[in-house]
Amino acid sequence: METLRFDLPAPNPARGTRRVALAGVVASGNLEALVERAGAPDRCVIEVSTAAHGFKALWEAVTADFVQRHAAGGLHISINDGGARPDIVSLRLAQGVRLIEEDEA
Amino acid sequence: MVQSGVVLPEHLDLFETGIARRLDFSYSGPQSARIAQMLFGGQIELGAVHTYLELFARYFVDLTPQVALIAAVSADREGNLYTGPNTEDTPTVVEAASFGGGIVIAQVAEVVDKIPRVDIPGDRVHFVVETGKPFYVEPLFTRDPAAITEPQILTAMLAIKGLYLPYGVRRLNHGIGFNTAAIELLLPTFGEKLGLKGKVCTHFALNPHPTMIPAIEAGWVEQIHCFGSEVGMEDYVRARSDIFFTGPDGSLRSNRAYCQTAGLYACDMFIGSTLQIDLEGHSSTVTASRIAGFGGAPNMGSDARGRRHPSGPWLKAGAEADPDSPAPVRRGRKLVVQIGETFGEGNAPMFVERLAALELAEKLKLDLAPVMVYADDTTHIVTEEGIANLLLCRSRDEREQAIRGVAGFTEIGRQRDRKMVERLRERGVIQRPEDLGIDPLDADRNLLAARSIKDLMLASGGLYRPPSRFRNW
Repeated sequence: METLRFDLPAPNPARGTRRVALAGVVASGNLEALVERAGAPDRCVIEVSTAAHGFKALWEAVTADFVQRHAAGGLHISINDGGARPDIVSLRLAQGVRLIEEDEA
Repeated sequence: MVQSGVVLPEHLDLFETGIARRLDFSYSGPQSARIAQMLFGGQIELGAVHTYLELFARYFVDLTPQVALIAAVSADREGNLYTGPNTEDTPTVVEAASFGGGIVIAQVAEVVDKIPRVDIPGDRVHFVVETGKPFYVEPLFTRDPAAITEPQILTAMLAIKGLYLPYGVRRLNHGIGFNTAAIELLLPTFGEKLGLKGKVCTHFALNPHPTMIPAIEAGWVEQIHCFGSEVGMEDYVRARSDIFFTGPDGSLRSNRAYCQTAGLYACDMFIGSTLQIDLEGHSSTVTASRIAGFGGAPNMGSDARGRRHPSGPWLKAGAEADPDSPAPVRRGRKLVVQIGETFGEGNAPMFVERLAALELAEKLKLDLAPVMVYADDTTHIVTEEGIANLLLCRSRDEREQAIRGVAGFTEIGRQRDRKMVERLRERGVIQRPEDLGIDPLDADRNLLAARSIKDLMLASGGLYRPPSRFRNW
């Protein structure tokens, strides 16, 4: 297991009031993203736990793009990765942000 | 050995035992790893990797078979053959061998008094061998909807809204990957919402893909001509003889040479997947350890320079590529679309600095690298990041940045010139999902008209009989 931590500037604060959201599942080529409200409203912390080693540069690129494009300020995201490709990572992160914007079911 | 499909281990055994030495072929799918090993090991001397139509053409010029081994369902006592739905290459092989002074040997499951229809006339067949069992057919064109991912659905939505709609593509060929399977399954849902029924995807040169069943049942398709058949689709095709070409016995009549010709000359679009695309737009399915051949892709995925009949999509594409020539003498363009996610299996990037096909050519000292679709034939590239329209690129530089601009987080994508990519986007050379009014979060599996093989079977009214390997119930 490799663990990575990214503490990133997030220009857009997260919307909504929901405390926590979960997107995706842990499976081969997939991942689970637990999204929680924590920390400063202009930062986003992403912690990755992954079975696939050696992809740090790719995670950096994907997470930097994510915080620029989505309302991720004030979120703490824990990723449990099963070797997902970058397109799936971006999608799950976007889904997580959308879910936490929604009202509690 | 001249053989379009080298797909069984026994075909390659001939080279190990020293019976065959030099190989000219088109497709080797299931044997792609072993064929690579044997080429590198010097056990096979490579003539060339051909497209189907090209190899068929050489059957009549400089690669005429002296002995042809063919397979059929049954023969009568005159030697007339019934090939059933899988006629495929047989008429072409027989024509070349039999009239070219060669010998034709047919393997049949049974010899009967009367065959259901004559696919090959008996006076072209010299020997018949009765085996007592049907010949083996590999289900190559079945894509399980359960394995289609959200990014693949997104690429399918982009293709439908960003290409099928604006060009009004009615006559086309689909590749056999999951992205095009997703397109097929989105027609009755996403396509229907866009009001495209009857306006796109009405005529196909295509194998009977099981994933076409929902669109056919929803009334989208008027006609399909097939290269070959697909295991389990026999009864469905028979019931839909209004759509498929069928004989008086009711079963499918396929013919690879005619269907490839149809794909080349009478289709306005080819859309398919690849494993590697370089910065110019050349694409190839050769990797370091696999040589799968091309099948029909280079033929379907190329502009027919002999084409003379106009159609809306062909003229529009031609005008985009060359806006300044006078319309009456301006060639149209076939839409040749490569579709896929930026990263493929095993996290391998689809976009590369240098094709593995070039390394192969160097290692084997080939004059020509096995490029599947040449850059100058490729008109669009679709990924989850967007669509690049290469017809609108006016320089080598623009072309490179248009490709980098849809290459996602691959190294090729990360090294883009951001300003130039933005300018290309303003000109519509690159279109993002949001430019087309598509929210990537809407790319949901619930959009698929069938989400499993069982759904496909149910959609066919029980006529589609999936092979056991695809049944999990």
